[in-house]
Amino acid sequence: MTADKEKTGLASADSLTLRLVIMAVAMFGFGFLVLPPLYSVFCEITGLGGKTNQTAAVVAETPDEGRSVRLEFVTSVNAYAPWEFHAETDGMSIKPGTMYDATFIARNLADRSKIAQAVPSVAPQQAAKYFKKLECFCFTTQEFASGEEKRMPVRFIVDSDLPEYIDTITLSYTFFDTERISHLSTGTTHDKAHSSHSTQ
Amino acid sequence: MGSAVTDAHGHGQAQAIGHGHDEHGPAKGVRRWLYATNHKDIGTMYLVFSCLMFFIGGSMALVIRSELFTPGLQFVAPNVFNQMTTMHALVMVFGAVMPAFVGLANWMIPMMIGAPDMALPRMNNWSFWILPVAFSILLSTLFMPGGAPAGGWTMYPPLVLQTGDAFPFLIFSVHLMGLSSIMGAINVIVTIINMRTAEMSLLKMPMFVWTWLITAYLLIAVMPVLAGAVTMLLTDQFFGTSFFLAAGGGDPVMFQHIFWFFGHPEVYIMILPAFGVVSEIIPTFARKPLFGHDSMVYAASSIAFLSFIVWAHHMFTVGMPLTGQLFFMFATMLIAVPTGVKVFNWTATMWKGAMTFETPMLFSLAFLFLFTIGGFSGLMLAVVSSDIQYHDSYFVVAHFHYVLVPGSIFGIMAAVYYWLPKWTGHMYNERLGQVHFWLSAIFVNVTFFPMHFLGLAGMPRRIPDYSTQFTDFNSIASIGAIGFGISQFLFIYIVVQCVRKQGAKASAAVWENPKGLEWTVPSPAPYHTFNEPPHVTAGAAFS
Repeated sequence: MTADKEKTGLASADSLTLRLVIMAVAMFGFGFLVLPPLYSVFCEITGLGGKTNQTAAVVAETPDEGRSVRLEFVTSVNAYAPWEFHAETDGMSIKPGTMYDATFIARNLADRSKIAQAVPSVAPQQAAKYFKKLECFCFTTQEFASGEEKRMPVRFIVDSDLPEYIDTITLSYTFFDTERISHLSTGTTHDKAHSSHSTQ
Repeated sequence: MGSAVTDAHGHGQAQAIGHGHDEHGPAKGVRRWLYATNHKDIGTMYLVFSCLMFFIGGSMALVIRSELFTPGLQFVAPNVFNQMTTMHALVMVFGAVMPAFVGLANWMIPMMIGAPDMALPRMNNWSFWILPVAFSILLSTLFMPGGAPAGGWTMYPPLVLQTGDAFPFLIFSVHLMGLSSIMGAINVIVTIINMRTAEMSLLKMPMFVWTWLITAYLLIAVMPVLAGAVTMLLTDQFFGTSFFLAAGGGDPVMFQHIFWFFGHPEVYIMILPAFGVVSEIIPTFARKPLFGHDSMVYAASSIAFLSFIVWAHHMFTVGMPLTGQLFFMFATMLIAVPTGVKVFNWTATMWKGAMTFETPMLFSLAFLFLFTIGGFSGLMLAVVSSDIQYHDSYFVVAHFHYVLVPGSIFGIMAAVYYWLPKWTGHMYNERLGQVHFWLSAIFVNVTFFPMHFLGLAGMPRRIPDYSTQFTDFNSIASIGAIGFGISQFLFIYIVVQCVRKQGAKASAAVWENPKGLEWTVPSPAPYHTFNEPPHVTAGAAFS
């Protein structure tokens, strides 16, 4: 290799190195900054992920009298948090397009006041976007005094566009202790809840 | 001396003439290694480090297999068992397999493309010396309150967030491993693109160089994504974010998507260089040029591309729409096409070849046969309907060990036997090498083949205890594992013997008429090679 050629070779080595470093940094940005919001948007549009609307939905529906869908309730408490939490009934039979109320009961077993956040999920995931809550205790955090028991309502409509092949829907709520999640435990409003599904 | 390749100055002796200043030897003592910038020294350090990690990870595997020898809890508490499965995987993936291939790349790529050294020698030093730090951090977690990470090497939240004091150390060690890999990958790419001898066009490059070039791009594309994913875990745990916490609006399933967006290309990162190794070895011992060199390049590139669009086959059971399952199923099965091209080409290379069966060739043949078995069980796992049965069972364990042990590890061992005489200047003990091969090949099957049956019969993975009907196959697997582990000491013995120059003196070509520039320099390879770029004759071996 002549001296000249060696020089040009080294110069392009620097620029190639720089380009590769930029590529690595860009991929970190893609993973850390782009993918999570992209994932949320994707799940929101497709209704995948089993998430339901996080603020009250406004719906005008005509009941589908000829159809009956089984709705089952599942409740759980995350990471041994000190709550007793269950649905008033195991489940109910519903007609799409009709408004229903269901009641969930929770009691704080801790010897001090606690703030809880209930997180809903619907299975099968394909049913999630047809399950519309008009009112839900999961829209906000719930404060419990020590030993306090609360009866918490959820009012919902299952859209009559629900695909025919779905004959059972499972609605699950998980009760989370908000102490580890700073923006919830300080009582500030949940940003994501407001930015998404607000138009439904 | 390779027939297709000649050095204009003859055996590199001319390098000393007029370049006397560059011909200094290595620094003395510890400084040679600490301040190393020579690609051969750094390659050696990578290989030694990887060997050490192979034994550490292997001893963890033996803890696992000892516990599973009979049902019930014998030796370790379930929590320790879980730490062993997690640490075994992390150490083997990031400590043994990946550094071994980077070591081989360091040693061989400059010699195969006629370059005097790696393009960025100081970064090379960095990328190696980060590794001992990363693994000191990772292994130190074994002695921390709460123990080492025990949630599986995949680090799924929310389970991984329950790791004790070890959690931030796990994250930082993964960051460091990623940093090391990325720097190594950048170095490989710049070396290959910029430092090839003038007459070596891209398509004339040896397959090992090609597969490493593709691997390096994969590394740069996905290691930062892993770094991003574990950083999100870190901020979820300590800085109040909710990337993966459902209570805060996050989704734990998103971690699995991001992790496997890294994880699937990662499995090709661990196998493509092994493809390259056997593509070098099989032609040498079949005494025929590699069949379909260019198609091998395109096949490897296709595999690399497809590896980015199949990640969700690791998580068919998390719940996804049928369309998604079908897409990932068909995309996964599509990978069998370029892989089949490679297997076909290796087989065709041997067709009517004058084959001999020295140790590197034996390991390559075992690679070819056993890796293909792993590939077939991978196809079974790709089928959504059956995957739902196989998911998280020992069938999965059997599958990925078949592609990683007789795949990647045999590839590395084949490479070590193949190039060891070039590195040391002496032949290894061929008879012992073959004994080592047969012990490894038999025990690897005794260990992992029964796991297929266990998985199909319903034994879940990552459990310290099991139902009694699984006893026999587990005992067989444990015996195989202990046998495989002990056999590897023979490997150490053979390598040490060779390094101590106890074998016959190796010629420059070492093997009968091998192709490639590395065989034109004397054995052992001088401290500095190709200070003058060599000539590649027309109609060279690799096009």
